[in-house]
Amino acid sequence: MNEVIIIYAVTLLLAWPLGKYIAGVFSGAKGTAGAVFLPVENGLYRLFGVDPSQPMSWQGYGKALLKLHLVLVLIVFGLLMAQGFLFMNPDGIHGMSWDLALHTAVSFLTNTNQQHYSGQAQLSYLAHTFGIVTLQVVTPAAGMAALVAIVRTLLGRGDKKSQMLDDGPVSVGNFHEDITRAVVRIMLPVAVVIALILASQGVPNSYEGARTAIPLDQTAGMAEQHIPIGPVAPMVAIKQVGTNGGGWYGPNSSVPLENPTPLSNFVQTVSIVLIPAALVFALGFMTSRRRLAIVVMGVMVVMSVSLTSVTIWSENQSNAAFSGLAADGPNLEGKEVRFGATATALWGSWTTQTSNGSVNGMHDSFNPIGGMIPMIDMFINVTFGGIGVGLIGYLLFLLLAAFLGSLMIGRAPEIAGKALETREMKLVCIALLIQPLLILGFSAVTVAFPALTGHSNPGFHGLSQVIYEYTSAFANNGSGFEGLGDDSVWWNVTCAVNLALGRFIPILAPLAIAASLAAKRSAPEGRGSLSIDTPTFGLMTLAVIVMFTLLSFMPVLILGPIAEALALIS
Amino acid sequence: MSNKTPKMTDSLDLGSVVSESIRRLSPKDLARNPVMMVVGIGTLVTFLLGLTNMIQGEPAGLDFSICAILLFTVLFANGAESVAEARGKAQAGALRATRKDLKARKLDGKQYRELPATDLRRGDRVLVKPNELIPADGEIVTGAATINESAVTGESAPVLREARTDNSGVSAGTKVLSDEIVVEVTVDPGNSLLDRMIALVEGAKRQKTPSELALSVLLAAMTLVFLIVVVTLVPFGGFVGATPSYSVLVALLVCLIPTTIGGLLPAIGIAGMDRAMRANVIAKSGKAVEVAGSIDTLLLDKTGTITLGDRKATAFDAVQGIAPGTLRDAALLTSLADPTPEGKSVVALARDKGSDAEASEGTEFIEFSANTRMSGVDLPDGRRLRKGATDAIRKFVTENGGHYPQDTDRLVDRVAKNGATPLVVAEGNRVLGVIALSDVIKSGIKERFAKLREMGVKTVMITGDNPVTAAAIAAEAGVDDFIAEATPEQKLDIIRREQAEGRMVAMMGDGTNDAPALAQADLGLAMNSGTQAAREAGNMVDLDSDPGKLLQVVEIGKQLLITRGSLTTFSLANDVAKYFAILPALFVTSLPALDALNILNLSNPMSAVLAATIFNALIIPALIPFALKGIQFSPASATQLLRRNLLIFGLGGLLLPFVAIKALDLMLTVVI
Repeated sequence: MNEVIIIYAVTLLLAWPLGKYIAGVFSGAKGTAGAVFLPVENGLYRLFGVDPSQPMSWQGYGKALLKLHLVLVLIVFGLLMAQGFLFMNPDGIHGMSWDLALHTAVSFLTNTNQQHYSGQAQLSYLAHTFGIVTLQVVTPAAGMAALVAIVRTLLGRGDKKSQMLDDGPVSVGNFHEDITRAVVRIMLPVAVVIALILASQGVPNSYEGARTAIPLDQTAGMAEQHIPIGPVAPMVAIKQVGTNGGGWYGPNSSVPLENPTPLSNFVQTVSIVLIPAALVFALGFMTSRRRLAIVVMGVMVVMSVSLTSVTIWSENQSNAAFSGLAADGPNLEGKEVRFGATATALWGSWTTQTSNGSVNGMHDSFNPIGGMIPMIDMFINVTFGGIGVGLIGYLLFLLLAAFLGSLMIGRAPEIAGKALETREMKLVCIALLIQPLLILGFSAVTVAFPALTGHSNPGFHGLSQVIYEYTSAFANNGSGFEGLGDDSVWWNVTCAVNLALGRFIPILAPLAIAASLAAKRSAPEGRGSLSIDTPTFGLMTLAVIVMFTLLSFMPVLILGPIAEALALIS
Repeated sequence: MSNKTPKMTDSLDLGSVVSESIRRLSPKDLARNPVMMVVGIGTLVTFLLGLTNMIQGEPAGLDFSICAILLFTVLFANGAESVAEARGKAQAGALRATRKDLKARKLDGKQYRELPATDLRRGDRVLVKPNELIPADGEIVTGAATINESAVTGESAPVLREARTDNSGVSAGTKVLSDEIVVEVTVDPGNSLLDRMIALVEGAKRQKTPSELALSVLLAAMTLVFLIVVVTLVPFGGFVGATPSYSVLVALLVCLIPTTIGGLLPAIGIAGMDRAMRANVIAKSGKAVEVAGSIDTLLLDKTGTITLGDRKATAFDAVQGIAPGTLRDAALLTSLADPTPEGKSVVALARDKGSDAEASEGTEFIEFSANTRMSGVDLPDGRRLRKGATDAIRKFVTENGGHYPQDTDRLVDRVAKNGATPLVVAEGNRVLGVIALSDVIKSGIKERFAKLREMGVKTVMITGDNPVTAAAIAAEAGVDDFIAEATPEQKLDIIRREQAEGRMVAMMGDGTNDAPALAQADLGLAMNSGTQAAREAGNMVDLDSDPGKLLQVVEIGKQLLITRGSLTTFSLANDVAKYFAILPALFVTSLPALDALNILNLSNPMSAVLAATIFNALIIPALIPFALKGIQFSPASATQLLRRNLLIFGLGGLLLPFVAIKALDLMLTVVI
């Protein structure tokens, strides 16, 4: 229990200064540490032929973001199909099928890292380091850039970058500048630090091919064992710190090579929440709304602690198969004994709260209630959430709460002095509506034709597996209730659709809302207007989040994990 | 207003409400409200399911029961709208009744022609004689008259209306008491303020207001979410071996979608207009009422709003060397023939202070004139007493060869600093002293401003007084700011300045020169007595022409929005209990383990479903009083209000249905 409290405390303590640094990076013409990084960034701007000083409308920003992603997905898709013929492939790994390549490319493009393959066996070093890892660095930076653009436009107080362009529309900033600073000044330096710590703990860091080991007892039926290695440490660092989650090895951070020591487990756990939490503080520094940042952080911590507690409690209960036996104890099925139930439950909870998706144990083997919490985490998806997108998602709920809250105090709906009207509400509704539509819709079609599921379990758990997979895709999480035969054309293609829509609509709709609001006349925030930085309003936002999630997903949770739990009891 | 306190049954014909509710079951009417449309389709689906079951010899009781409850759900929602409309129309109808069968005497060249008022067109001129009713809304172009406006305002004291002044507007149905006037008609028939107002409460022509539209989007989206949730339950249930009953699924859908707020939303909007009308304010659009709730700055004319219209003498200050009694008696004598309330108050004060001076035979009264700006008396003994503005008296005294003492200026300044108007009294060539005429601050106005401040509304007093007087009155009344020696142009400037800072501004006005400011303000409340230009420019018209009405209008606007927001929250919070009632019932036959979720311990699946559905239907009529009267609203800071309403409608909305559904279940168990 103490380890959980320590990890929470350390993470939040580190997030504060990091948040301040992040806010500094995005402010002004040079930003914090500009003297060090600007030359590098200027080189990049010249290399790609972009002008970082050109203010962009929200459409321009959105187009630049989509264009970058389109180019990246095409490159990675080609790379994955062709990796068998390319260099840096000492183990002779073959190219992927079109649908697996599509799913994999989109999955990494959307900061999801849902894997329908095993990395060490199905990716060459080239694909890993230049395809996958590139995306793992760029996509969290893209989320962060989008967040910064939205926050400065929606809540900013006189930031120079969020003013009118000459021809009318509101400027939301410059995408190239934002994403470049995010990569160069935040993602890379933080990842380097983590990678060094992990390498020191024994995580492999090499371009040599797989090692061959001769088992001591060759009579056991295995003459020699291939132990795949590679530049693992940097990838693990960026996968943890960039809410990516896609590891080098199939079983992710439960493998000793990816997560060898208690210290590496500690560092990796902290890394999951570090930047998402720092961004909440950054919001406060960027907009001079520290009270708002503290209230948002409060709401997120309350959600995180409550949900995590349930998982930890659940996993410390015995596995139903063991109940009554002499070996009764915590549920250790699918867990590394060296981490134990609590550390695995904590990781499982955090990784789903933040849309990270890395694992150090198998969620599929959690007790039913313990396995339900990661699903709820992903339904909510704004408990810290993915880098940038988590806080953007929270802002959507904030808009909804502000809409209802304004009415309840007798004012026309507004947020931070800007009128919320039909156009904004339409966009909020679209962004919220597609979640149940895609998750429940695709799950329903899949279970209506059970042959499509490729499930390993029938009944309640089978339903949970299907729901989990689509939820993980939509939430851009990437973890799985494994045991699903998910490398099929159906799964690959439908998940790719969920991944893409679950990523870009929740980014673009709020960006459009922010620009639309920024163009309106702004009322001074006073006694009579809704203050969004009070605990009361924080509580209301929390209630809106809980209600929306509960109302959308309570039925499937009852038919999935809850029915499973009740059936096991009776 | 107490005689107009709305009662639920006020002029309400139950029969017509019922028939109207049934008439609105037509698909065309239902289609205007997506939430109710879904309930309508659900009714049809459950009916067909029941029919199919009946033909196949299966039990169909549950299907038909659900069908009937859903039908009532729609009827209740229609009923809420009809009731609100009926009340609104009754209110407007009562006002309109006065203008039936009006005859007009239309000016045709130099001749007058009699014709029914309905044939009058905009621009026509009509002659109205004493004791006749004015045939149409318009403006006096020739003459002046006292008019009894009780038909419109309920106030029977006659008012003066005069051509080419700021009080030239007249309303149809009001009665001319004295003098002949020529009125230019300013509206075409069917286009008067009242006609427009009636159109606003009538269903077909009613336009949704901006926040109503945005809320409708949210409600439609929530309906869609629940549609997805319920439809996907079919394959999910099938996959785990528990195919649900379609009728119960329809019941679940209807319980989940926001029928409560969806059903009451039109009624709430109409009731807002109706409440404005009961306050004798005619809104030109629903939007105007809504905007009233968001007002940040109120521009208030001092006279009539903050102070009573008439000033009162409150003190006599004699200059050095003059006995107070001399001043007192002189003041009394100068005011004896002064018919104004101010003059009367001087007499009253002097008598109070013990004066028994009387005008003797042969006293000559000098009336006030704009030229001399003095009034007074010439007594038979030759004394010439005058009272008047400072500089007028100064001129009078010096012209009579007297000396204007420095002490007078000191007294005058002191009076002005206290927020009063000084009147100097002189006798021949010497100044006697100063009468302080004080504005009388309306009782309770200070508390009202304090409440407004609590709500975050800034009040700005507009006055023609000099800055010293204005500052004193502003301080006494507790307004946040004041504009002294204000001109209409300044009003416009202030509004623009406040708006540039993002504030919503409300003002009241009557004069033609107020029109630009009324049009510029977010809420322009024109007085009905005002000129046609002012009434055209404002987005609301106050029939009482009561400058204090702005405060009431702001409260009506807030109440409207609070009702919408709180009932939406209530409606959505209700869903949790409904889930706990229906979901176990839906699957418990195939999956007995789910009975553990029947936390209300409802007696059986059928009564659980019926109890939830009946609750869902009954809550609509139960909340109609809230919708019509508006949710009680006490001024408080935004955060306090939010906390209070969240507690009542959020937490209350969460808990109430648990209790109600359990109670209904117990009742059903007895009945079945």
